[in-house]
Amino acid sequence: MPSTIALSVTRYRPEQESEPTIQTYDIPYRDDWVVLDALNHVKDRLDGSLSYRWSCRMGVCGSCGMKVNGSPKLTCATFLSDCLPGPVRVEPLDYFPIVRDLVVDLSDFVRKLGRVKPWLIPDGEPPGEGEYLQTPDQLDAYKQYSMCINCMLCYSACPIYGLEPHFIGPAAIALAQRYNMDSRDKGAAERLEILSGPDGIWQCTFVGECTKVCPKHVDPAGAIQQYKLTAATHWVKSLILPRGTR
Amino acid sequence: MSTDPAYTLYHPRWYRRRVSVWWWLRKRSYAWFVLRELTSVFVAFFAVILLSQVRAVGAGPEAYGGFLARLGTPLLLAVDAVAFLLVLVHAITWFNLTPKAMVVRLGGKRMPDWAILGSNYAAWVVLSAVVAFVLLRA
Repeated sequence: MPSTIALSVTRYRPEQESEPTIQTYDIPYRDDWVVLDALNHVKDRLDGSLSYRWSCRMGVCGSCGMKVNGSPKLTCATFLSDCLPGPVRVEPLDYFPIVRDLVVDLSDFVRKLGRVKPWLIPDGEPPGEGEYLQTPDQLDAYKQYSMCINCMLCYSACPIYGLEPHFIGPAAIALAQRYNMDSRDKGAAERLEILSGPDGIWQCTFVGECTKVCPKHVDPAGAIQQYKLTAATHWVKSLILPRGTR
Repeated sequence: MSTDPAYTLYHPRWYRRRVSVWWWLRKRSYAWFVLRELTSVFVAFFAVILLSQVRAVGAGPEAYGGFLARLGTPLLLAVDAVAFLLVLVHAITWFNLTPKAMVVRLGGKRMPDWAILGSNYAAWVVLSAVVAFVLLRA
């Protein structure tokens, strides 16, 4: 077991440099450390100017998504022992503008998420007494999509998002499906326009990487392909059925 | 919005990265994806061959004989062999993706991936056997 390991980190300090550079730190190797621990060691002991996002350290908050050795990962869930012998290359997530060092600007996603109306749109009056009831099967239909933590690893893995920045993207579509599949929600028709529009599902060519990198097993690629079937069925129905029966 | 210059001074200086035209060489799975997409060209090639064949049949026995002779040249045989392999890649890679796109529920339970995949392959084998039977009967 090595006593130290090299951590190569992307630095971008807009007041000092016009493009990102790489800075390497030698840090102590501990097999119970994750990459986020290593970054925290650098920040606390070696270089307080290093900037990155993190919060919960347990794969729940979705803040610490970065590229580790070329793949989008939650740094709180990536052990140094899986990166031996090093160096461990830590970069900001692809396709988002870099604000500073490992911090990227996620406003684009937040705007797109709002466009797909990720909230329950009920039909008519709420139940008079008590809460909406749901069977385990009804919960099962959308639960997987509700596990998304907005960590943006799927956007960083999606070359289509890189090439077509208008694409709504994997997480936002999976989250739209989370509400579409919910028995309490009646807003699918409102979401169809944006999801099936020019920036929506048809941009996706099913590379499938979003699902592979998802730390919460949300399967955005599956959500998108399943929605393609829904949208296509809706389109065929709109062609052949009279308006009232759709 | 705050107009405090100390806060907004560096705000516009994001670094935006361009996507290289070689992005698909960065990862094996990206390269495999691009290959899968390119195989559609060969599916189109087979479709064109089939349509030309139908046209040749319609034009009479002489035209059809000429068409078959052209298909038998070494160059077209080689192209056909490569196209066949790539169409197989196309079919298999897309079949393998079907469980992602198709959610079949039986009795409230989602059918497992292997069952969806298996039924697709079974349908493929049965249809191929029917085609082979029709073609090889004579």
